[in-house]
Amino acid sequence: MNVVSANIGQSVPRIDGFAKVTGQATYAAEPHPPGLLYGVIVNSLIARGRIEAIHDEAARAVPGVTEVMTHHNRPHTALFEKSYVDGLGVPGSPYRPLHDAEIRFNGQPVAVVFAETFEAAREAAMLIQVDYERWPHNADFDAALHQKYMPSKTRSNYVPPKSRGNASEAYALSPVKIEGRFHLAPEHHNPMEMHATTVIIEEDGALTVWDKTQGPQAVQAYLASALSLSGKKVRVRNPYVGGAFGSGLRAQHNVFLAALGAEMLKRPVRVTLTRPQMFTHVFRPEAVMDIALGADRDGTLQSIIVEGVTDTSRFEHNMENVVVWGLIGYKCPNATADYKIAPRDTYTSSDMRAPGAATGVNLFEMAVDELAWACGMDPLAFRLHNYSEIDAMHNMPLTSNALREALLQGAERFGWNGYPPGPGSLRDGRELIGHGMATGIWDAMFSPTAARARLTSDGRLHIATAASDIGTGTYTILAQTASEAFGIPIDRIDIELGDSTLPECPTEGGSWTAASAGAAVWLACQSLREKFLKALAKSENTPERIKQSEVTLTEGELHGVRDGSREVFSLQEALSFIGEASIEAEETAKPGLRDKISEMRKARFTHSAVFCEVRVDEELGIVRVTRLVNAVAAGRIMNPKTAASQVRGAMVMATGMALHEESLMDERYGRFMNHNFSEYHIPSHADIPEMDVLFVDEKDEEVSPLGIKGVGEIGMCGTAAAIANAIFHATGKRYRTLPIIPGA
Amino acid sequence: MRSFSYSRPASFDEACRVPERTRFLAGGTNLIDLMKSDVERPAHVVDLKSLSMDQIEELPDGGLRLGALATNAGTAEHPLVTGRFPLLASAILAGASPQIRNVATNGGNLNQRTRCHYFYDPDMVCNKRSPGSGCSARGGRNRIMAVLGTSESCIATFPSDMCVALAALNAVVRLRGPDGERAVALRDYHRLPGETPWIDNVLQPGEIVTSIDLPSVSFGEHYTYLKIRDRLSFAFAIVSVAVGLDMESGVIRRGCLALGGVGTKPWCVPEAEALMRDRPPSHSLFRDVAECILEGAVADRDNAAKLKLAPRVIERALWQAAEGTPQSQTCKTIR
Ligand SMILES: Cc1cc2nc3c(=O)[nH]c(=O)nc-3n(C[C@H](O)[C@H](O)[C@H](O)COP(=O)(O)OP(=O)(O)OC[C@H]3O[C@@H](n4cnc5c(N)ncnc54)[C@H](O)[C@@H]3O)c2cc1C
Ligand code: SF4
Repeated sequence: MNVVSANIGQSVPRIDGFAKVTGQATYAAEPHPPGLLYGVIVNSLIARGRIEAIHDEAARAVPGVTEVMTHHNRPHTALFEKSYVDGLGVPGSPYRPLHDAEIRFNGQPVAVVFAETFEAAREAAMLIQVDYERWPHNADFDAALHQKYMPSKTRSNYVPPKSRGNASEAYALSPVKIEGRFHLAPEHHNPMEMHATTVIIEEDGALTVWDKTQGPQAVQAYLASALSLSGKKVRVRNPYVGGAFGSGLRAQHNVFLAALGAEMLKRPVRVTLTRPQMFTHVFRPEAVMDIALGADRDGTLQSIIVEGVTDTSRFEHNMENVVVWGLIGYKCPNATADYKIAPRDTYTSSDMRAPGAATGVNLFEMAVDELAWACGMDPLAFRLHNYSEIDAMHNMPLTSNALREALLQGAERFGWNGYPPGPGSLRDGRELIGHGMATGIWDAMFSPTAARARLTSDGRLHIATAASDIGTGTYTILAQTASEAFGIPIDRIDIELGDSTLPECPTEGGSWTAASAGAAVWLACQSLREKFLKALAKSENTPERIKQSEVTLTEGELHGVRDGSREVFSLQEALSFIGEASIEAEETAKPGLRDKISEMRKARFTHSAVFCEVRVDEELGIVRVTRLVNAVAAGRIMNPKTAASQVRGAMVMATGMALHEESLMDERYGRFMNHNFSEYHIPSHADIPEMDVLFVDEKDEEVSPLGIKGVGEIGMCGTAAAIANAIFHATGKRYRTLPIIPGA
Repeated sequence: MRSFSYSRPASFDEACRVPERTRFLAGGTNLIDLMKSDVERPAHVVDLKSLSMDQIEELPDGGLRLGALATNAGTAEHPLVTGRFPLLASAILAGASPQIRNVATNGGNLNQRTRCHYFYDPDMVCNKRSPGSGCSARGGRNRIMAVLGTSESCIATFPSDMCVALAALNAVVRLRGPDGERAVALRDYHRLPGETPWIDNVLQPGEIVTSIDLPSVSFGEHYTYLKIRDRLSFAFAIVSVAVGLDMESGVIRRGCLALGGVGTKPWCVPEAEALMRDRPPSHSLFRDVAECILEGAVADRDNAAKLKLAPRVIERALWQAAEGTPQSQTCKTIR
């Protein structure tokens, strides 16, 4: 095979960028079918109790209001609770919007007002009064810790910690040790685009649902099941998603309520959440980790003990892989961990960018830093000495592990020169300067995915898969893949994503889309290419001289070589020889036998090394991050530009985790009170320094068909710890709770 | 948002004759936000933008008159302001974001409402929003709330940066109402919450802020606006300090000082300023000044950090002013 359009690995600018900046990209709240009704949700005031009465007379009197939908008058939905389980499959009793009078969390939808205009619906929503019978609730995390438990049924992706050696004995015997309670505040995802759904009723009664989601097929299945719509066609579309960070993994209540409203009113309906309402559903759980580490005097890690708790709701058991990362990543002979969840009367916490690891890796790496300093060791040397080449928890080799190179190359780029001078000793004027580092680790996952490739008579290649581009650059990297696999310039490729009717693709998340959808597109294009060349060779209409040539396909042209002479002809001509208007192939990338064996025998991870410089005005409690370097080992990098942008974005988010972001729960009401961007602080430009992202060479043909590991989440893991560790180095003080808020 | 009537009067007389439940609209960056959140529920919105009060003019004594409709950005960039009142320019630039400052007006800044989480959430009881209903912020998440000038019924911070500088500069607010014109010292313009926290300031129904007058000062480079916040830009103050020092041969002839982020109004204590009269800058002096201006400060559940932080910020700001090294609002290093 000779492919010239070798586009994988190049820094191709986003192919969807133009549509986005010119407003041509259609998001979930933007389709405008005739007769559209606007739905505005009314949220519960209380955290637990029962609705006694809903007074909607004033709301109904607002001109333009067509209906107030509540648990009293909503259409029938599925009878059984299990029909409401969504794709993420969190065990427990799924929340059913407007199911009955019971209130399970503050902000729970109690009614939806539908009106001819958004303004009328919103005004009417403000006029609804609800009487409640209040029941006692607990929304306090510390109090919830007393009720921590391990559910009998766990989430399918939950990795139970596996102990080795005798950690408590080794800890007792260790000459150097640290222990402490580390804490992470709850955070909200807060993508730019608020959750929204537009439901269109097609002529045949089928529903087309535009939803902000990371998984159109998962939402399609959820709606069909929860609304008992099995007899009806439901199509879910999300061609463009304005960020999600995990908030679109589960079907959110807006999509259920919009579809229910459309069913009830037989009209197209849109439901959009406001920014404050974005604080009424999923959030990253609050977490505590009690960590005890012991080492020999030479800095050899001897004992790891981790106990972690994250919060969940009273009705679902949301779990994350929080406590395992240190046990996997460090070659310590004695290690044990325990994980539990603590229930409170809130909505269920949920996956947010690098769920589990963003919490567990960062808090653990803060503890590792403490131990390194307690050993009197350069934190980098400590990592190099103790990190594990294999998955130390499962005692399994890895498909690849370039962490050492990441540590060394990152250190060099940063200028980390051996043992930094003692904490609190670097000063410039009033500012203390600190250097900190941490390692990062995240899963490298692959899930079976299908894709279709179709060549049309205009010489364009159309690629389709039900993947979602949540702003990460999926359109672009799939075009690059198709370009290389088929041999056609990227500007002659159309990519169709975000539609439940397209070939099957799992919900976008976990950084697996590049590897999985990429492989599917590769296979489909290769298959199409073969089919196309074969058909050409076979067709009666193909001129003899071409049949006798050796035909290759590059750069979107066919080259026939015969007796040293070359003839170039177009894809369009070739299609006309074949006598078809188009030709297509569909393939599913799934693990073969060899891959399955590999999966049993080898673990797979992305790694990183993060280095950070901060300046701290200790007296005024001001932290400025002045440099961030992240060296990432993530297998093959499909597009350094979009990949670096993913890592940088995660580093910004991790800076928020380290210094700014915190959802403030008022336990008295069970409500997060800073529910707007004025008071929920994400980093501003002034808070973010120049960020240096480098990708370490890592050839890994085993991890996924194209050697890709994914880069969407690794930037979260380690970055917050590197900042916290740099603050320690600057000030000599340990802050064990994130975010580190000056003076608080 | 609830339905309301909208009008755009062409004259002051017309604008001042307003029915009950009227709100004036200037830039709208605060009012519209609050209407969308169902916090402000005016029946009538009277847009002031046709009235001519967007000028920045010199006063005979060397002072300036800032039109109420001049934008925050236009004011901060105006050569007369940057030349004569760099303290004011600095305080404005420390607030909000360029986009907001481009729209926000001086009159609106003066009359903006608190950012108390509970005030902003109509589901919560709040005396400022609904008189007599109670105060949810007490005992709640009140890290951003005030420690000075609070009362049993309200602990909300007055959030403006600009007004802190205006207080230090002893600005005068000029008003025009149904009964004619009057002038109020900025330091007396905002009210303490007391038993009536729903009344933010002395503005009477139908009264319009027409301008803000700045008396001439001679601080030279001996001024600063130092603002501490939860991120380096685009956040309200946790503690902020405006200082202007009239210095002569190393001695402070007159010191002007006001605090933001800690009070229920821009916080000034004349006794604290008087301590500086004819004294050379010193650590002990500045410590005494900080102690005096913070006297009586009390914290609630989450905001005790302000009690620790405030004296440090005050002393640092006083040194910046004394040494003639005002805080830059673009370079985030604090000297
Ligand atoms: C996200 C965000 C961040 C912000 N951060 C800061 C900050 O850090 N520091 C800071 O100081 N400010 C900050 N602000 C507040 C901003 O400065 C104010 O919103 C703005 O100054 C209000 O001016 P406006 O012209 O838009 O007022 P409007 O919203 O039009 O009016 C506000 C109030 O003033 C009244 N009013 C307006 N003009 C007059 C007049 N001439 N006479 C009588 N009454 C009048 C109105 O009736 C209304 O009640 C922020 C605002 C936002 C939205
Ligand atoms: S502090 Fe004032 S504004 Fe805040 S809830 Fe209490 S009364 Fe309302």
